[in-house]
Amino acid sequence: MFPLTEENKRVAQLLLNTGTCPRCIFRFCGVDFHAPYKLPYKELLNELQKFLETEKDELILEVMNPPPKKIRLQELEDSIDNLSQNGEGRISVSHVGSTASKNSNLNVCNVCLGILQEFCEKDFIKKVCQKVEASGFEFTSLVFSVSFPPQLSVREHAAWLLVKQEMGKQSLSLGRDDIVQLKEAYKWITHPLFSEELGVPIDGKSLFEVSVVFAHPETVEDCHFLAAICPDCFKPAKNKQSVFTRMAVMKALNKIKEEDFLKQFPCPPNSPKAVCAVLEIECAHGAVFVAGRYNKYSRNLPQTPWIIDGERKLESSVEELISDHLLAVFKAESFNFSSSGREDVDVRTLGNGRPFAIELVNPHRVHFTSQEIKELQQKINNSSNKIQVRDLQLVTREAIGHMKEGEEEKTKTYSALIWTNKAIQKKDIEFLNDIKDLKIDQKTPLRVLHRRPLAVRARVIHFMETQYVDEHHFRLHLKTQAGTYIKEFVHGDFGRTKPNIGSLMNVTADILELDVESVDVDWPPALDD
Amino acid sequence: ILHSLVQTGICVITLAESHPVLQSGKTIKSISYQISTNCSRLQNKVSGKFKRGAQFLTELAPLCKIYCSDGEEYTVSSCVRGRLMEVNENILHKPSILQEKPSTEGYIAVVLPKFEESKSITEGLLTQK
Repeated sequence: MFPLTEENKRVAQLLLNTGTCPRCIFRFCGVDFHAPYKLPYKELLNELQKFLETEKDELILEVMNPPPKKIRLQELEDSIDNLSQNGEGRISVSHVGSTASKNSNLNVCNVCLGILQEFCEKDFIKKVCQKVEASGFEFTSLVFSVSFPPQLSVREHAAWLLVKQEMGKQSLSLGRDDIVQLKEAYKWITHPLFSEELGVPIDGKSLFEVSVVFAHPETVEDCHFLAAICPDCFKPAKNKQSVFTRMAVMKALNKIKEEDFLKQFPCPPNSPKAVCAVLEIECAHGAVFVAGRYNKYSRNLPQTPWIIDGERKLESSVEELISDHLLAVFKAESFNFSSSGREDVDVRTLGNGRPFAIELVNPHRVHFTSQEIKELQQKINNSSNKIQVRDLQLVTREAIGHMKEGEEEKTKTYSALIWTNKAIQKKDIEFLNDIKDLKIDQKTPLRVLHRRPLAVRARVIHFMETQYVDEHHFRLHLKTQAGTYIKEFVHGDFGRTKPNIGSLMNVTADILELDVESVDVDWPPALDD
Repeated sequence: ILHSLVQTGICVITLAESHPVLQSGKTIKSISYQISTNCSRLQNKVSGKFKRGAQFLTELAPLCKIYCSDGEEYTVSSCVRGRLMEVNENILHKPSILQEKPSTEGYIAVVLPKFEESKSITEGLLTQK
């Protein structure tokens, strides 16, 4: 059923004559249900022309016998009232020449520049879907984002002013908000076409985004007059190429007075020679997160790649040994590795390991069963004896918050092999076992001072347990507050960590070996196997 | 520890074994970081990762003055070009540490050299008053 009624005729005729396409005509007549827009363009054009060529007498008949499908029932009744009030008994319809409408068959729409003509139809959508399929992404839903050239808002504004004026003559009350937005109508038509072609639903929350950007170089200067009239709307922002962004243009259009606008911009808008150009069709998948815990068994492995002046100083790194496999399997562009604190190159991580989370950026593969993740974990573990991974699992973005909480708030336990310059007996170290919640002050260790601010950190050593080895060696197990520098607590760092093992025992002490025994964070959740 | 310092470029200024102050028989009366009317090394304040506000030192810039009980006065120079990170306030309160542990707890100052080239720890030169 054709969605336009009698009272839309004048506006529809006017728009068609000035070069506006059927779907834009629907929009400006407030047609707010999807079905009419989805009909093929040629059919719409024919139906529209038939509708407009209806004779005067037939018009009256239509009005008298209420049509089966009423869109604007209230307005229809109003115009019937008008009839009786005017006493004319007829609606005067100015029959604007129908020859013009025949010529605008395949012209580029002066309002949408082709967006609601060829760019919302099956052929174009198929083209986009081919690109999506070729990109190799795995997805079960998608969000479609489309970007139109800013000058469309200017043309829309001009068309609105034209329609408003025409409706004023008829005293119709279609408001600005009754006009259907271009983007909305575009999505009504294209979403089902995408779904059908790709076999997945459109979901605003989907992580997989297909984005299409249109441009119309021919009319780029349509916006420029706005800058002269509303200069404060167009402040050059550093990141943007053009000062004429959609937001800025909309802002200016809201501000500008009608008379000023009409002086500068043709109303109705002129017909362009060409349709919009497709600037880009891109696909991207939102990041996915993988978490786990790692053990480090090497005393020669940095957390992150150690590269100075372009030269790699040590082979590999914890993050690469884990992430490289994930990068490959998820077919991601890049990764961001974060962990609940970290240990030095020469320190082992034992026990349950240290929690970590990896953000995989723009992954092409995202769906994995827990079995597949387990196999991935096994693969990582088989590939290196320097690190081992456990509890590998997919997690959400909240993971990163857990990481940092663990780093700053949770206790850690360590085991250190300590050397003393003076000969010691078992009894000399026993007193350390009795010290609980020892408060220490640590100035920023000299060994990290080049990259950390100079500060004093108050920390707590919760408890210590000693194991005598020989006259110059003992093992120290200790549990400390997050952020405690253990090595400095042992050797004192030129007296800049006070108290320290050396000062407590009145010896010169140094640390020979350090192991992390536990990182006391209960995240990520342990998995059984 | 010393090796890792070299790699990062941080320099800890300490007195050489041969320094008169470290010879037996010398007692330190006091140490002062006020090297001129306008400049006290104690006023040195650095902030942030890039250590803004640090006093800039040339090789001959004085770090502190050591006053001995026998009337002798010694000025310790930086010997290293760079930015002053901190001076050791422990030796102010307990000057004997300077003599007991000159290479560790009795250090004079910490300097961050300009281009963070590898530098070995240098030792203070003697300048008599």
